[in-house]
Amino acid sequence: MLSFFVKRLALAVLVALTVSAISFSLLFLAGDPAVALAGENATPADIARIREIQGFDRPLIVQYLDWLFRALQGDLGRSWYFHLPVTELIGDRLSTTMTLGMTSILFALALAMPMGIAAAVWQNSIIDRVALFIAVVGQAIPSFWFALMLIVVFAVNLGILPSSGADSWQSFVLPTIVLGYYATPAIMRLTRAGMLEVLSADYIRTARAKGLSPAKVVFKHALRNAVIPVISLAAVQLGFMLGGSIVVESIFALHGAGYLAWESISRNDLPTMQALILIFAMFYIFFTLLADLLNAWMDPRLRLR
Amino acid sequence: MTAISSTPIELPWTPRRAMAQRARRHKGLIFGLGVMVLIVLFALLVPMFWIHDPYKQSLLERMKPPVFLGGSWIHPLGTDTLGRDILARLAKGAQVSLTIGAFAATLSALIGSTLGILAGYFGGRVDAAVSFLINVRLAMPVVLVALAVVALFGGSILVVTLVLGLLLWDRFVVVLRAATMQVRALEYVAAAEVLGAPLPRVLWKDILPNVMNTLIVIFTLEMAHAIILEAALSFLGIGVQPPTPSWGLMIAEGKEMLFFEPWLITIPGVALFFLVLSINMLGDGMRDITAPEGRN
Repeated sequence: MLSFFVKRLALAVLVALTVSAISFSLLFLAGDPAVALAGENATPADIARIREIQGFDRPLIVQYLDWLFRALQGDLGRSWYFHLPVTELIGDRLSTTMTLGMTSILFALALAMPMGIAAAVWQNSIIDRVALFIAVVGQAIPSFWFALMLIVVFAVNLGILPSSGADSWQSFVLPTIVLGYYATPAIMRLTRAGMLEVLSADYIRTARAKGLSPAKVVFKHALRNAVIPVISLAAVQLGFMLGGSIVVESIFALHGAGYLAWESISRNDLPTMQALILIFAMFYIFFTLLADLLNAWMDPRLRLR
Repeated sequence: MTAISSTPIELPWTPRRAMAQRARRHKGLIFGLGVMVLIVLFALLVPMFWIHDPYKQSLLERMKPPVFLGGSWIHPLGTDTLGRDILARLAKGAQVSLTIGAFAATLSALIGSTLGILAGYFGGRVDAAVSFLINVRLAMPVVLVALAVVALFGGSILVVTLVLGLLLWDRFVVVLRAATMQVRALEYVAAAEVLGAPLPRVLWKDILPNVMNTLIVIFTLEMAHAIILEAALSFLGIGVQPPTPSWGLMIAEGKEMLFFEPWLITIPGVALFFLVLSINMLGDGMRDITAPEGRN
């Protein structure tokens, strides 16, 4: 277990470093950052001064290492638009996005797991077909359009839920449904496939033969083994969802980190953009690491790979 | 004459015929293919023959309702907030979606299948390096990176296609790597190697044709993925730029009228849903008929 842990951790660190280099290079992707920062009508002298103040005249590798060491100490530079430290800016917004991410993944699990289990237990029945239908349809609905449709129904026609803001828990209901449904088809399919595989195993036949109730066989014997990959997928999906929160938060005007990302992109605020890509990537790396370790802890065979 | 032609001729039972029969019996595949063909025809024919221009604005003809909500047949799907004909814009937008989806998926397929086949064939260090690349790519938040890069370079069909094509190759690698590993272990690959076939020949003539089915399935799924992402980028205002009609952009333009004229967003939304649904069902169906043993 220890050597698996060390190897997996080393990989995560290496991936994190590579991602940091990519998000750093974003600053230089679209040309000279000094020109971008100086804005229109800037004289060459202004641009040269900005280049010097910001340190853009140093070799790239020096700039990267400097940025990296500052980032490790929690300093991600200053926002070009808000004129505040980026870390402070993001820190204020992150709790909203984390809350949304957590409620969404719980919503997705609560919806997808019972559906997947039922579909596997009664394979090829009407329940199975309905679950498959929901998954296929769910994958094809664009989330931004689904969000607008929910607003039309629940905020406009029924008037029971707010369409924007984050003042109360009601504000999170519609965003949670939109972001959560996005992860539902994948979790449902994996739960179903895992349960089908486990249910045909010998030990399940033994459990049935010794006269256990069907509910006990399904929930106590089968589910326990089928749930391992599902938890791992849920952790990965949570990482994806935080990155996907930008669409949902901008529609519902939920002022989280996703909304901040949209603001920074539409205002060309490169340091904030860079920092958000880095932070969302770190969350993803952390959640996948957690999922892998959880898997290895629950299923010792995986440690040998 | 009639007596002879009415008796069916017994053809030999080939894998190809077996597959064709499975295809004819697969309802999802038929449905997906049918809807897909209809949308492609719609995208090709309507701009050629339809009386209205997708760009022509008319202040007097703003927000005419579609015919099923009491409008007239002059604008069967109504007009948008600038008085442009929605049917014409929908067809032009279908061209945009299909073009971006097809080319982005092609670019991804080129990158992803090259990496996947190399990793699966060589294993060892090549495999480790490719796995590392996948890990890095998966860690990048796609929507955010795509938005940021498109914003930096300016939204156009070309930029959106390139950015999506350079981002969506991960599934090609994962699946083709596994498929190549299976094929690589087969006797005829070993035979080709023993006979001294050069490496490019082995990869091109022995490996690629045998992972092609898998490649096509992933291609359809990623094309649907690219179409949804393009619509999302355009919806957020950082994708295809107006006045070019993109379905995502049409939904964004109708958003202000959400409370009064909800059909403005319903029509392009339903179109987008059916396009993505048909491509996904086509892909799922092809997976079922090419690998019938691997269902569930």
